[in-house]
This record gives sequence, structure tokens and C-alpha cells, in this order.
Amino acid sequence: MHIDKKLINLSLGNRSAFFLTVFSGLLTALFTIIQAYYLSKTINEVFLKNSNLAEVKYFILLFALASLLKALFVWNEQNFANLIAENVKQQLRNKLTAQIFKLGPSYTKSSKSGEISNTISNGVEKLDAYFSQFLPQLFSSALIPLLILFFIFPIDILSGIVFLVTAPLIPVFMMLIGRIAESMNRKQWKTLNLMSGYFLDVIQGLATIKLFGRENDIKKKIAVISNLFRISTMKVLRIAFLSALVLEILSTISIAIIAVEIGLRLLYGNLEFQPAFFILVLAPEFYLPIRQLGAKYHAGMEGVAAAESIFKILEEPVQTNNQKSHVPFHDFVIKFENVSFTYPGGRNALKNISFSIEQGSFTALVGKSGSGKTTVTNLLLKFIKPSEGKIIFNNNNFNDIDSKFWRKQVSWISQSPYLFHTTIKENILIAKEDATAEEIINAAKSAGIHDFISSLPGGYETFVGERGTRLSGGQAQRIALARAFLKDSPILILDEPTSNLDPETENELLETLNRLTENKTVIMIAHRLRTIEKAGQILVFSNGKIIERGTHNSLIAMNGYYSELLKTYSG
Amino acid sequence: MDRTFLRLLKIAKDYKLWMLAASVIGFFTIGSSIGLMMTSAYIIAKAALHPSIAELQVGIVGVRFFGIARGVFRYVERYLSHETTFRLLAKFRVWFYEAIVPLFPSKLLKYKSGDLLTRAVNDVENLEHIFVRVIAPPFVALFVLILMLFLLGSFNFIYPVIILFSFLIAGIGVPLLSYKLSRKTGSRLVKLQARMNELILDQTQGLGELLVFNQTGKFKEEFANTQNTLRKLQRKNAIIGGLNEALIGLIMNFSIIIILIYAVPQVNTGILEGVYLSVLVLGVMASFEALLPLPTAVQFFEQSVKSADRLFELTDANAVIVTGKPDTREPDNFSITFDSVQFGYNSDKLIYDNLSFTVPQKSFTAIVGASGAGKSTLINLLTRFWNYQAGKILLGDTKLENISQRKLREYISVLPQTTHLFNLSVRENIRFAKPEATDDEIIAAAKKANIHDFILSLPDQYGELIGEQGMKLSGGERRRLALARAFLRNSPILICDEPTSDLDSLTEQKVLNSLYGYSKTATVIIITHRLFHLENADQILVMYNGKIIESGTHNELMKKRNYYFNMMKVEKELIV
Repeated sequence: MHIDKKLINLSLGNRSAFFLTVFSGLLTALFTIIQAYYLSKTINEVFLKNSNLAEVKYFILLFALASLLKALFVWNEQNFANLIAENVKQQLRNKLTAQIFKLGPSYTKSSKSGEISNTISNGVEKLDAYFSQFLPQLFSSALIPLLILFFIFPIDILSGIVFLVTAPLIPVFMMLIGRIAESMNRKQWKTLNLMSGYFLDVIQGLATIKLFGRENDIKKKIAVISNLFRISTMKVLRIAFLSALVLEILSTISIAIIAVEIGLRLLYGNLEFQPAFFILVLAPEFYLPIRQLGAKYHAGMEGVAAAESIFKILEEPVQTNNQKSHVPFHDFVIKFENVSFTYPGGRNALKNISFSIEQGSFTALVGKSGSGKTTVTNLLLKFIKPSEGKIIFNNNNFNDIDSKFWRKQVSWISQSPYLFHTTIKENILIAKEDATAEEIINAAKSAGIHDFISSLPGGYETFVGERGTRLSGGQAQRIALARAFLKDSPILILDEPTSNLDPETENELLETLNRLTENKTVIMIAHRLRTIEKAGQILVFSNGKIIERGTHNSLIAMNGYYSELLKTYSG
Repeated sequence: MDRTFLRLLKIAKDYKLWMLAASVIGFFTIGSSIGLMMTSAYIIAKAALHPSIAELQVGIVGVRFFGIARGVFRYVERYLSHETTFRLLAKFRVWFYEAIVPLFPSKLLKYKSGDLLTRAVNDVENLEHIFVRVIAPPFVALFVLILMLFLLGSFNFIYPVIILFSFLIAGIGVPLLSYKLSRKTGSRLVKLQARMNELILDQTQGLGELLVFNQTGKFKEEFANTQNTLRKLQRKNAIIGGLNEALIGLIMNFSIIIILIYAVPQVNTGILEGVYLSVLVLGVMASFEALLPLPTAVQFFEQSVKSADRLFELTDANAVIVTGKPDTREPDNFSITFDSVQFGYNSDKLIYDNLSFTVPQKSFTAIVGASGAGKSTLINLLTRFWNYQAGKILLGDTKLENISQRKLREYISVLPQTTHLFNLSVRENIRFAKPEATDDEIIAAAKKANIHDFILSLPDQYGELIGEQGMKLSGGERRRLALARAFLRNSPILICDEPTSDLDSLTEQKVLNSLYGYSKTATVIIITHRLFHLENADQILVMYNGKIIESGTHNELMKKRNYYFNMMKVEKELIV
């Protein structure tokens, strides 16, 4: 479906506001016509019949009344148009966030997460002008001239014909020139963006520029490139602005033609002054909506460009959730049966793997980055579903288990845990919303972060993030550990941090991890020998396949890939 | 007027003639439509009196002239104002760059996160509207007002007074009113928008946590609440903003009524010729076009001032690095000595308290320690990106402060932990280190950094564009490209921060061998947490909490069975 149609459909979702906007626009035009009528009446009376103020006061009063009503509907039109824009923006943002939840982390990781958040905040905002300005204007520019014609034809057919002939010329010429200019324009906007891109590149590379002592060269280059861009852009704009020239000249020349045409007929007594003046006052109003459309076109187009990325997210296929919300959780086995996974881009992350995890066991996933370990944990967290093959939980197809229900049994610590823009307490509390203060403190103590939190001026109420305290990677890890302690779920999915800590901290962290994993079913992407050695089952990944499996000792005895890894990395 | 805005104008002042020309042509554009409407009214009013056609000739010519002139002026005005805008933008970019270079990075500590710098760049680009939307409209309106005062003044003194007042009310009163009304909501709006953006970030980046901890419902609720409040405020603002156009139109119509009230008796008594009644009215109507952009000008004014405030806040920081009195004498050798150096990024927290060590020239030194031990800060001091507070640093026998910035850059090459690759070709990115380098030199450097073969595998080889910030390349490839750059400099001192991160073990070894080779002719320091292939290093310095706690060769340190030994044990545990 064409993007404009999708956008218009969105505004039709707000049918009453949309109707009221167009209706207000029409009433505005109607009162403009009434104004013109009483103004021409007044001037006609005074000018040709030499009436005094008392004789024309009702005309002036009606003119004043029409002005007031016009102002009221001008205001209303904008209010309703804004109402559509606000409604659409709100709907879109809610839809987008709901969609992001359905698409899951594997989507936000694969496309750039910055791009997505930019679409939700700025992209949606850019649609404002489309709905509050461009769309109403589109309807006004079609309806208002028609309404004016409706009043002019009965008064003066010839002027009506001049209007009728010239009005379509404007869009026709606009389109002819516009099409050429628009494609040039678009190309040029791209080059303009390149210019800002270049500038951003320079500012982000300041350290490099300074380290190589190139400050002055670059300064000259910014000026030179800016000028080059200006010159090439202006070359294009010189032509693109022709559309503005044609637009203006057509409408002003038409007004001039009307003026001369009615003037000459007045001269020869073929037309009265009052209708002639009425037509002249309306002439600019007739062309105004079409001219304004030209001005608002650009704002509209920006919205269309933004809409593309919005719809791209919304139309991304999602997996449906159909689901058993209760399956017994004692004595379970999770079985991967010939599971493959292919990312939407076509990358084969997992190829036909099979293994099983028993309750209370410790499974270590080992392999280089990109070998498929994270895809396995993503499957276990129900962030994604197998492209082929099956995961069986006891006798249930894993796909059929309700994800919310499943995740209640699971705790997860990613390699770089995310801290939300709120207090430390709230950040821990997400693991168990009804936890008491004591439980939170105990969890923080178990994670070895309580002393640090207490040392902060705000304690547990300290805000984290851009506007608050920034925590180091190790501290964020410990908050995530506190979450896991608080949740105390039977299944633990962990991604062991690789960041290098000093030996003491390292020891402490490993001990904490040991306490956390006691009596749990653990699936861990492991990087450290000490962790791996404890695993009852080690799965060695390479290129999306499990190429070796066993315990530490059995794998060493195999003298294959695993022992190779051990040798290269630990010297 | 606003101080920030005046400062902006000062930067823009080179282009005042451009701005004036564009405003004057903008005035001519509106002047033409005033002329068009007034002559049109004249024609038909005159025609109604049935004179000879000759009397209409002037008017007919005038109508044609203004009809065409309006279009032509509009074209010229758009051309000039865009030309002016681009020139101003170029000026603002250069100004910002010039201002920020000396402050980098010591004064930009809080801008360390790339987002804030990106925002600053956006702020510069935001200033693009300053001419067309902010500066031009009041000038055009003023010129139109003056024109109208003269035109109407030729009839009677009362009309200029009426138009003056209505212009003041519509042009200043209305924008001011809506500004006052929306001010409070404005600042609340900014805060709420910031909160919404935080929530959006929380969702896209913390999605896994939200799902696993079953927070989706709670998140949706909070998001919806924030949106609702935001929406209410935006509605309020829009309702106030919508008043502008309505009020300006209303004021126009009422000024016409007032003019009629004064003009009708004058026509009755013959003071004003009846023909001019319609001329007056249509002229006033046309002149109000000049006032319509003023309310938006206030909005854009505010927005530009906000952007500019942020930029000035950044650029107003005083650069501290003042190069002392540089000696003309070269250092006698390229050893590096830290002597009781004291340093902290903030005065309340010292990174180094009394740090001393020596790196002999033409040797290979590794500085090791856990992340956060204070290793990378050494580079900031040696490059004089920051000034240390006490002690001294020597190159050979010369104090660092006595070496000019230019010489210092020549002596020391740095491979920082994160290198910026420009959106240029591979060749130009390497050449960045030495603009006059030949292609052969570039290839030689690439070979040393073990990246030559990879470059040859690219479709465009050395001409390949590497995309924004080297996006097209993997971490290891970027690393080696940056290393090629450092090799190309061929300076007597080379400092590398984690030179082998993101490299597989085979490449890691090759790169290290190149560095060992380079240390035959230059002083090489590598800063690393990977204790890999350091057996051949001339010296290993172990750093902990900003102090050198152990030093020696690999074998010596292993024998001590102390911190280095323990680090090695942990290191060996790391499998992948």
C-alpha cells in the first residue's frame, strides 16, 4: 500500500476530528466569502451612493460578525488538526512500543537500537506537521476554491471561467516542474545531509585530529567543503525554486487578469461595481490555499520519509503467542531436537543442533563469538523461535508454553546488563515487585553491592543513568546479580562477563556466582576455566554447530577443538 | 534583547549585507502584492465611474508589473535567503570547530559520551533557521510597516496611526501573548519529552530485562501515562498556538473596520475621493501578509537561543593547556620519565599520587593491570590532553611543557583504545597520519599492521570507502587500520592502548612481532590487560590503583609469585 494511503487511513481512525477539521476549513472559507460580500456592499454604498456611516452600519456589523466567526473557525480548524496529529502520534507510539515487545531483543540488537528509539521519538514527532498542516491543507486546497467558485459563477460567469481555468494550471505546472525539481531536491537534501554527516564525523574524530596535529587543515577543509556544498546546492535550488516562481506568477497574474477583465467590463457598463469588488477581494483567497499547499508540502514530505521507517517496524512479522500457561515444573528436561535458526537477514546462526538439559544440571556453552551460543540462550528465553526443529519441555512443545509463564521460572544476566533510568531500588525491584526492603537489602548483600549502594549519598534511592550516577560495568553486573538473587527462580541463564577485573574482584565475583547457581538449573555462556570445569555438560560451539560435548576431562581426553582453544588462549 | 542572541548575531555579522539584501527583497515581494491589490482596486473603482479607457492605462500597466514582480521577487528572495542560510551555517560550523578544538578533551569530560557531542552538532545545524525564520520576518514586517505609513499617510494622518497600532498589536502583542501563555507548559513539556525519551531508551536497550522480569505491563502503563500527560500539554500549547493566526486575521479585519469608520465620513464630505476607499482597504489587507510569520519567529527564536545556550556553555569553558615557553632545543633522546606525578580528573579524586617510572628509549615496555587501574590516563598526560597537578614528566632531558604542541605530535604517536575512522577511503584514513605520505609508504605501514592482505580483498582495495565511523569493518580490522596509521607516522615514540584487542591469537602475535620490531628504532609502550606474549618485553610495569606495584621482565615477575603471577593465573583461565 502506498505510504500516503496508510497515513490517511491513520487519520481516518480519528474520523470525527478529521471531519471537524475539514468542516471548520469550509466554514472559514464561507465566512471569508460573507466578509467579502459585506465589505463590497459597504464600499459600494459609500462610494457610488454616497451613503453615510449610519446607513452602512449593519453591513459593517455583519462584516465584523463574519470576521469574529472566521477567527473562531480558523482557530478551531487548527485545534482539530492538532487533535488528529496528537491522537495519531500517541497511537503510533503505543503501537510501536507494543510491537517492539513482540519483536524482542534479537530484533533490537540486529537493527541498530539507536535507530529504533530515534524512530519512536523523533520519527513519530515528524508526522505532526503531516497531520496538523499538510493533510488539512490538502483538503482545503481542493474544497475552498470550489466553494468560492460556487458563489462566483452565479454572479459573473466570465470571472468564474478565469478562475476555473487558471486554478488547475497551478497544480499541473507544479507537478511538471515539481517532478524534476523534487528529484533534484531530494538528491540535494541527501548531499546536505552528507555535509552535516561530514561535520559530525569531524567532531567525533577530534581526538584523532588532535593526536595527528591536523587541526588547522581540517578547519580549512570544513570551510572549503561547506562552500562546495553551498555552490552545488544552490545550482540545484536555482531550478527547484522555479516551481515557486511559476506558482507565484500564475496566481498573481491571474489576479491581474481578473482585475483588468472586470475593470474593462465595468468601464463599458457590463458589470456592476459591487460584484466586481466582491470578486477582487476573493481572488487572492481563491489562490491562497493552493499556494499554502506548496509551502506545507515540504513539512509533509518529511513526515512521509519518517513514516517509512515507522511502518517498516510495524510491518515486521511477529510470532504469535498461543499458549499453555501451566506446565508442571518438577523433574523437567529441556530437549533441543535438530534445532536451526536463521536470522531475518539470512544468517544461519544455528545449524541442526540437538542436546538436552536436565533439571538441576549445569550446562556451559563454550565457543568463539558468533559461534551460536547467544542464539541458544535467546531461544531458551523465548526471545526467538527455532526456524526448524523443535524444543521439547517435558512432553510439551516449547513454542506452546506461554512466554510470561515460562519467564517467571527464569532469571537472566546478560553480558552487559541494562540499568533503567530510575532509582537503584527500582532497578533491583523489577525482579520481584512485592519484595520487602529487607529482601532487597539481602539480595544486594548476596550480590556484594550493598556496601557500595549504602555509600552513595542517596543510598538505594540514587538515580542511575545520564542524569544520575553512572555505574561501572562491574557494578552494573552486581545489580544484575542482585536481581537474580531476589527473583530466586529455578532456571538461570547467564552470560559470563569477560571484562578484565583485578584478581581479587574476579575471585569475589566467581564466588558470588557460585552461591547464586547452587541447586539451580544453569545454562551459562562461559569464558573461564574455573566456571567451565564445574559444568556437568560442556557444549562446544563452532559456526552454529555443536562440534564437541562432554565434561572438561572427557573433552581434554578427546584432544580436539576444545583442548585447542585451551592451548591458544591460555598460552 | 537576549544576550545569547546578540552573541549569535555577532558571529553572523560578516553576512549582514547578505541578510539585508534578502530582507529587502522579501519586503519587495510583499510590497508587490500590496501594489497589485491597491492598483487592482484602483482600476475597478475608477472603471465604475466610466471614464475613458486612457485613465485606466496606468493602472493596467501597474497591475501587470506588480503581478510579474511579485513572482520574480519571491524567486530572488528564496535564492538569496538560502544562499545566506548556507553561508551562515558554514560560518557557525567553523566557529564551533575553532572554539571546541582547544577544549578537547579536558574541558569536555561530561561530553565524553558520544550522544552529547552529537547533540552539540545538531545544535549547530539547528541554527540554520536563524535567518529565514528569526531574523528576516521582523525586518520585512518593519519595512512593510514603513511603506504603509507612507502610502496611507498620503491620504490622511489618521490611517498611518491606525495601521501602526494594528501592526504593533498583531506583530508584537499577539506573539508575546502566546509566548507568555505557553511558557509554563513549554518548560514542563521539555522535561516530559526527556522522560519519554528515557523510557524509549529503556525499552529498546533494556528489552531483554523487561521481558524476562515480566515488566512489559508496567512499562506500557508508565509509557501510556507519560504520553497522556505529554499529549495534554501539547494540546494546550497547540490551542494557544492556534490563536495566533486567528487573532492576526481578526486584528486585520478590525483595523479595516476602524479605517472604514474614519474613511466613510471623509468620503461623504468629499475629503477622500471615493475611488480610494477600496484602494485603502485592499492595501491594508495585503500588508498583513508580513505579520503572519512573526509568531513562528518567536518559537524559532526560543529554539535557536536554547541551542546556542548549550553551545556557548560548551565553548565558554576556558582552555587550560597553555604551552609554556617551548625550547627550540630537541630532547637529547626519547626516553620517558614520570617523576612523582600527581593527577586527578577531578580535584576530589586523585588517579595518580606520586607516580614515578622510567621507560628507556628504543625499548619495548608493557604496562599491565586490571581495567580501572589508571593505565590509559598515561596517554592523556603524555599527549597533554590533560595537565598534571604536580611532579614532572620528561622526554629525554626536556620537560614536556617545554616542547611545542607541534613538535610533541611529531615525537609521539598514539594508538588510542577507540580510534575514530573517518568516512573516507582506506587510503585516506591511513594517510591522515601523514598527509604527504606516498602510496608506497602507506602500503608498507599497512603490511606492518598486518592489514594489507585484508585491504587487497576489498572490492575497491585501498580506495574502498569504509562507511560512517568505519561501520563496515570489524573491530579487529579497525584496530589494525588505526595501527597502520600509527606506523605511518614513524615517530620516535609509539604508545598503543590495547593494540591487540579484538584480534584472533594468530594475528595478535603477528601484530606484536611488528611492534617488537619497531622498538629496535623507537620507544614503544603498550598498555594492555592481556598478558600475552610479553616474554620478550624489555620491561613490564604492573599498575594497581594508580601505582606501579611491580616491575621487571616476564620471568622476573613470574618468579616473584605476586600480583603479576596471580593476574597470569586468572588470564589463563579465560578460554574465549
